[in-house]
Amino acid sequence: MSKPKLVLVGNGMAGVRTLEELFALAPDMYDVTVFGSEPHPNYNRILLSPVLAGEQTIEQIILNDLDWYKQHNITLHMDKMVSKIDRINRKVIASDGTEAEYDRLLLATGSNPFILPVPGKDLKGVISYRDIKDTNDMIAAATEHTDAVVIGGGLLGLEAANGLKLRGMNVTVVHIGEWLLERQLDKTAGKMLEASLAERGLQFRLQAQTQELLGDEHGRVRAVRFASGEELPAQLVVMAVGIRPNFTLAESAGLTCDRGIKVNDTMQTFDPRIYAVGECVNHRGIAYGLVAPLYEMAKVAANHLALMGYGRYQGSVLSTKLKVTGIDLFSAGNFAGGEGTEDIVLSDPSAGVYKRLVIQNDKLVGACLYGDTSDGSWYFKLLREGRPIADIRDHLMFGESSNLGDTGHQGQNKAMAMQDSDEICGCNGVCKGTIVKAIKEKGLFTLDEVKKSTKAASSCGSCTGLVEQILMNTLGSDFQETPKNKAVCGCTDRSHADVRQAIREQHLTSIPAAMKAMDWRTSNGCGTCRPALNYYLISTWPKEAVDDPQSRFINERAHANIQKDGTFSVIPQMKGGVTNASELRRIADVADKYQVPLVKVTGGQRIDLLGVKKEDLVSVWKDLGMNSGHAYGKSIRTVKTCVGSEFCRFGTQNSTQMGIDLETMLANMWSPHKVKLAVSGCPRNCAEAGIKDVGVIAVDSGWELYIGGNGGIKTEVAQFLCKVKTAEEVKEYSGAFLQLYREEAYYLDRTVHYLNRVGMDYIKQRIVENAETRQALFERLLFALDGLQDPWKARIDGARKEEYVPLIPMPA
Amino acid sequence: MSEWIVVCQVTDIPKLGARVVKESGKDDIAVFRTETDQVFALTDRCPHKGGPLSQGIVYGENVACPLHNWQISLSSGEACAPDEGCAGKHPVKVEGGTVYLLRQVTA
Ligand code: SRM
Ligand SMILES: Cc1cc2nc3c(=O)[nH]c(=O)nc-3n(C[C@H](O)[C@H](O)[C@H](O)COP(=O)(O)OP(=O)(O)OC[C@H]3O[C@@H](n4cnc5c(N)ncnc54)[C@H](O)[C@@H]3O)c2cc1C
Ligand code: SF4
Ligand code: FES
Repeated sequence: MSKPKLVLVGNGMAGVRTLEELFALAPDMYDVTVFGSEPHPNYNRILLSPVLAGEQTIEQIILNDLDWYKQHNITLHMDKMVSKIDRINRKVIASDGTEAEYDRLLLATGSNPFILPVPGKDLKGVISYRDIKDTNDMIAAATEHTDAVVIGGGLLGLEAANGLKLRGMNVTVVHIGEWLLERQLDKTAGKMLEASLAERGLQFRLQAQTQELLGDEHGRVRAVRFASGEELPAQLVVMAVGIRPNFTLAESAGLTCDRGIKVNDTMQTFDPRIYAVGECVNHRGIAYGLVAPLYEMAKVAANHLALMGYGRYQGSVLSTKLKVTGIDLFSAGNFAGGEGTEDIVLSDPSAGVYKRLVIQNDKLVGACLYGDTSDGSWYFKLLREGRPIADIRDHLMFGESSNLGDTGHQGQNKAMAMQDSDEICGCNGVCKGTIVKAIKEKGLFTLDEVKKSTKAASSCGSCTGLVEQILMNTLGSDFQETPKNKAVCGCTDRSHADVRQAIREQHLTSIPAAMKAMDWRTSNGCGTCRPALNYYLISTWPKEAVDDPQSRFINERAHANIQKDGTFSVIPQMKGGVTNASELRRIADVADKYQVPLVKVTGGQRIDLLGVKKEDLVSVWKDLGMNSGHAYGKSIRTVKTCVGSEFCRFGTQNSTQMGIDLETMLANMWSPHKVKLAVSGCPRNCAEAGIKDVGVIAVDSGWELYIGGNGGIKTEVAQFLCKVKTAEEVKEYSGAFLQLYREEAYYLDRTVHYLNRVGMDYIKQRIVENAETRQALFERLLFALDGLQDPWKARIDGARKEEYVPLIPMPA
Repeated sequence: MSEWIVVCQVTDIPKLGARVVKESGKDDIAVFRTETDQVFALTDRCPHKGGPLSQGIVYGENVACPLHNWQISLSSGEACAPDEGCAGKHPVKVEGGTVYLLRQVTA
């Protein structure tokens, strides 16, 4: 039986993403034909800006190469423009006569750049900025000519201008508005942006209206003339004044269009066989021009094409960033405010920071950040969730980290309203009254003092926000916020960043040397700084710095987890959660022989023997004959896996083997905090890769990598890093990321904390965009891991055996 | 009657570390060695919730309990302020590199 036919018109980002989503849901459902008017396979249009700026190449931005089309048996017609849809006979016809029949048709024709209707617009050297051809034209023009004018001071225009400047041209941005990016920024932020771009050598003509483009005798543009009569020389003019949804094809086929192809919430057009996604559609009156909403549309369209029938697209709230390296700018929602809204504004022009939050009916409805965008995603989350903000309003401006109630689980922002008998710190059982009393009676001022004095917030830290709030309420204006660059501990004034830097730059390789070089106040530190120093030394100088067991917490010193009664737990390694009868038999025998009180399957897909006496540890390990699972360390923990393609009917790749390979590669790796990975065989994600430090999700065409997830104290969903094709790349990319984390994170920061500190863009730049730094990082990881011995094996062989042997005294 | 009994050599205890002394029928004792080779002995039970102090990180003349990080003074057995409590202290001496503990012996 032949399969139904699906035709896609528009081989761009939204259309092909829909196919990818469809293949994930229903791999073999359709015979697929794709028409694209560009002579390229699908590429990442967004990254044309880094290509223009010389930071990436065209090859690097291809999203789906020709192999991909082949693998999915797609009939691909590149460089062919569809000129007609014959809805009666259900076929499309390209301008060269190629035809294709369809049962379902997907339109994703994108949009066209808007060209100002001024005289001279057809001269040579006048181009728009939309595709690979435009980009190549600009790159070529930059080698032959000197002066460029970019018309339009929006995101696209500024990225074009920045790229041309970096390629050596004199660039002037002509903008009709009063300030740049007036659709993303308010006036103050727009002016700050202008100043920093001017510092990079860009010139601006604001509130200027282009009247005519003047040509030379060869028909090439030579100057721009403004309404004021002034002329500006230009051999290249880039029009970036906006886009118009491209719906001519749909309209000529009689589909209802109105500033875009009209679709319902299932992305269906007025002809039920025809779907449309991307910039070409008008959904509930809006045509979008950014990829995030287009990808959401793609998911929904795929869901319906796969006949699953429940996806709905309900519109998107947008946020934007400018992709000019070194300039941080973020805006989302209604940042401009207006009737019925209130503003909170922070403005520090000399520090280059400006933030404006717009609030309406107790909800955040817009944000505009310049200079410091670290909280952009948090504001964006508040905005999308539409969460009432009355309770966090006074701290809203200071971002997520300052925000009470968001440092932990929900509903913790009511310190004021809580009773004295209400428990604040669940770990240490400390009530509000105890904290207030300690603050008043012992004269405490800082969070650290409260932690020391009451133990509140000193364990898992999830109540930190609450404790700070109690401090603030109790002390009023005397409250001192914890300084940002906190000292490592009382033994030094240096921050973690300082310490890392000194160890690297002064080539320090032992704790005494480090303490001496950095003027430690104590002769041998304390329980806080020594483990941190030890980690920094061994991670910065692998094979040189000597690991100091006495500076390790007992769990890492004894390679087992201490229990409340002083016994230990033993978790052997079970790579990828895979075991066999012989291992299980040995585990059972050990449990009998050493009378292990509890044998438990852990949350990490392996088996825990709890309550083992310290003096039995070495024999237990020996009898088990298995490697250490490192369940006790600031180190690699587990790589969880699902069954994957070997057995599962949905599996797209061998996720189990991938997990085993990763766990093998990372064996014995120490890190700033624990590191957990997971590999799932398809987007159903049975291995829960979405909350792991590194999550790997297999898709038909390769593997998606996610980083910075955390399922612990505060659940954090991992963020998408990139997609790779081969298992080797999974190892290289995740290894490189982990090495970056090992080299740069502060001790006891999980990957999410590190990620939040440095930003996803930075990580992408190091890991995804720059193959050289990635490979160098990966090599450094392999170098550091090379030759490390399994700690249990070392102990069985007799290393530091006195650790496990009690002393038996005898009369003198 | 009390009597000095031999426990070990100073060098059997790691610098900035401890060993446990086990005697049947008695509480475990932790013997600590500081960076300057001073030796201290405390009952191996934290005044907080009984954590084994011998397993903690030793610094200066203190040990950090491995369970909830109370700081205990090695010379007095007292918990450092603001925590309150005391781990029993035991007389200990070092002679010629040998560590002795003073123990009650039932005759
Ligand atoms: C054994 C196990 C529970 C179980 O029976 O399943 C466990 C037991 C402990 N966890 Fe866990 N965690 C276990 C899986 C998890 C998981 C689930 C997972 O890995 O998929 C999580 C959430 C995921 C995550 O980490 O992102 C988890 C989040 C935590 C956290 C919070 C970490 C955070 O960043 O928020 C802590 C506290 C810490 O590490 O500072 C913690 C700490 C602990 C400690 C080590 C507490 C301690 O220091 O003594 C517990 C040791 C118990 C003991 O006496 O041996 N455990 N813990 C699991 C061992 C998995 C393994 O095979 O290695
Ligand atoms: C330089 C630049 C930078 C950008 N930066 C960002 C950014 O940072 N963030 C962001 O979110 N968005 C950015 N965008 C916008 C983003 O690229 C678009 O929103 C996205 O590509 C739109 O996807 P689409 O599939 O709807 O259209 P397209 O990707 O344009 O795909 C449509 C395709 O259909 C083809 N086509 C059209 N008509 C026909 C026909 N009749 N027959 C055959 N083929 C046809 C076109 O040639 C085109 O290849 C940027 C865009 C540009 C140009
Ligand atoms: S095992 Fe984990 S969740 Fe359970 S009590 Fe211990 S730390 Fe808490
Ligand atoms: S038992 Fe020692 S600090 Fe709790």
